[in-house]
Amino acid sequence: MTNRAAERKPAVSHIQRKLIPSYIFLTIVSFLSVFPLYWMFTAATNTSLEVAQGKIWFGTNLIENYKTLLATDNLWQAMGNSFFYAIVQTIAALLVCSLAGYGFELYHDKGKDKLFAILLLAMMVPQVATLIPLFTMVSRLKLLNTVWAFIIPGISTPFLIMMFRQNSRNFPIDTMEASRIDGLSELGIFFRMYFPMMKSTYAAAAVITFMGAWNSYMWPRTVMKGNSVKTMPMLIANMSNGYAVDYGTLMLGVLFASLPTILIFFILQKQFAEGITGSVK
Amino acid sequence: MQKQKRLGLLAKQKAAGWGFLMPAALLIFIMSFYPMVQAFITSFKTGSAAKLQWAEPITYNYSRMFQDSVFKTAMGNTFLYLIIQVPIMLVLAILLAQLLNNKDLKLRGLFRTLIFLPCATSLVSYALIFKTLFANEGLINSFLKGLGIIKENVNWLGQADTAKAVIIIALLWRWTGYNMVFFLAGLQNIEYSVYEAANIDGANGWKTFWHVTVPLLRPVIVMTGIMSINGTLQLFDESVNLTNGGPSNSTITMSHYIYNNAFVGKANFGYTSALAFIVFILVAVLAYINLRVGDTRD
Repeated sequence: MTNRAAERKPAVSHIQRKLIPSYIFLTIVSFLSVFPLYWMFTAATNTSLEVAQGKIWFGTNLIENYKTLLATDNLWQAMGNSFFYAIVQTIAALLVCSLAGYGFELYHDKGKDKLFAILLLAMMVPQVATLIPLFTMVSRLKLLNTVWAFIIPGISTPFLIMMFRQNSRNFPIDTMEASRIDGLSELGIFFRMYFPMMKSTYAAAAVITFMGAWNSYMWPRTVMKGNSVKTMPMLIANMSNGYAVDYGTLMLGVLFASLPTILIFFILQKQFAEGITGSVK
Repeated sequence: MQKQKRLGLLAKQKAAGWGFLMPAALLIFIMSFYPMVQAFITSFKTGSAAKLQWAEPITYNYSRMFQDSVFKTAMGNTFLYLIIQVPIMLVLAILLAQLLNNKDLKLRGLFRTLIFLPCATSLVSYALIFKTLFANEGLINSFLKGLGIIKENVNWLGQADTAKAVIIIALLWRWTGYNMVFFLAGLQNIEYSVYEAANIDGANGWKTFWHVTVPLLRPVIVMTGIMSINGTLQLFDESVNLTNGGPSNSTITMSHYIYNNAFVGKANFGYTSALAFIVFILVAVLAYINLRVGDTRD
């Protein structure tokens, strides 16, 4: 034992030396991961010509690009739409799915377990397969171009239900019993006891739901046809379809479309990682 | 009397439980299962969206697929992306997770954040970033010309093979870090003592990796495998925004082709539904195979 302790000190630099290939490899991968995003930032400040010539440093054309973007597209309306739809979808999904996860775990019996297994099958249903029936349904209900059309297929997802169910295992049954004796209703227990105790799960679920809603493209493109209901992914996708694409302006649009999710990523990275791996535990 | 009251309470609780999960369950039935059944029924019909009628013969839409060269191309492309991109991505993700799981490594948090960062960008955004990087007059061409590797601009997105390669590179960029996070979570569940034991037994890095880490990570590998298969079979945003399926449908994915059939040009809901149903079956079958292969417990 004493021998080992004595050997440990010189061993540190030896260990670090052995790790040099790891450092090199990780540095290369990190660089490749970050570079396209770094380049997006710089390109947003350059003219289209400078972007095409391969300039990789910040330029002075940011204001011009912004003016061009505002002149051709309704940027702030699309930003507002994206925020609004994503926030409404997040609130609705968290409420519906957490209630379900709570019900499945804390009131579980054979019938509910069977239903749960059936609901998980929905993970296998490809989005493109339900597109036409859902589109028909939404248009019959006269909901096209409304926030309802945007959120309705994404309110209840097996993934979120499973995530809340798994995390509900940490919620003590004793608390429920005690609250019942204190005269709280079943719904009261959910809002007064469960909700405050599960804050971290809600945070993780909120991060991934918001990001998913902000980024969604196929469904909004199908049901949000009006100009005033466009979202950011649709706006930038349209920008790149012209014949003469202004790269600087396009990258500024892409920057606006990415900034909210990148900021959330940096501020709430832990919750994001928990969210995507949320139902794995 | 007492007993009856107790029973009443239990029944009430039971009802509350069902009440809590009903909204979510109903929504899944209405938004996933019912449309799936409808798609299946529609897949046996033909005609315009407004007046669909039973196909003659009933399997017309399904037999039509075999003559549809674009659908065959789309299927081939999707499988090409699946077979090339998914294995590279998963191996790379496990390797990165393994390197980052070393307690002696400095700056682990920084490396992890930077490699994880690409999945903060939306699918449309990164597709457009890669489209611009690989444009005829884009950074990649300027860079390669600067190094003297190429003399003329390469039309990356204008040729079938290079366009497919760009899609694969873009997918690797976007999803490797995402999968790495799953493996990191999985590795943290493996006791450090397992590695120490392997070290004492004289196993080197590679041996430990293949004989200790990979078997212990099997459940995570199966799960990420299923997710990747599912995601790849449904690729849409990249195909639409990076290459628009081109040149001449050489990079189009199944979902993209199906979408075009339904909403671009004249809508053919019957045929589209049949195509979509094939994707559903492929997802289910491949996920099942993956589960069976991964579940070879001794």
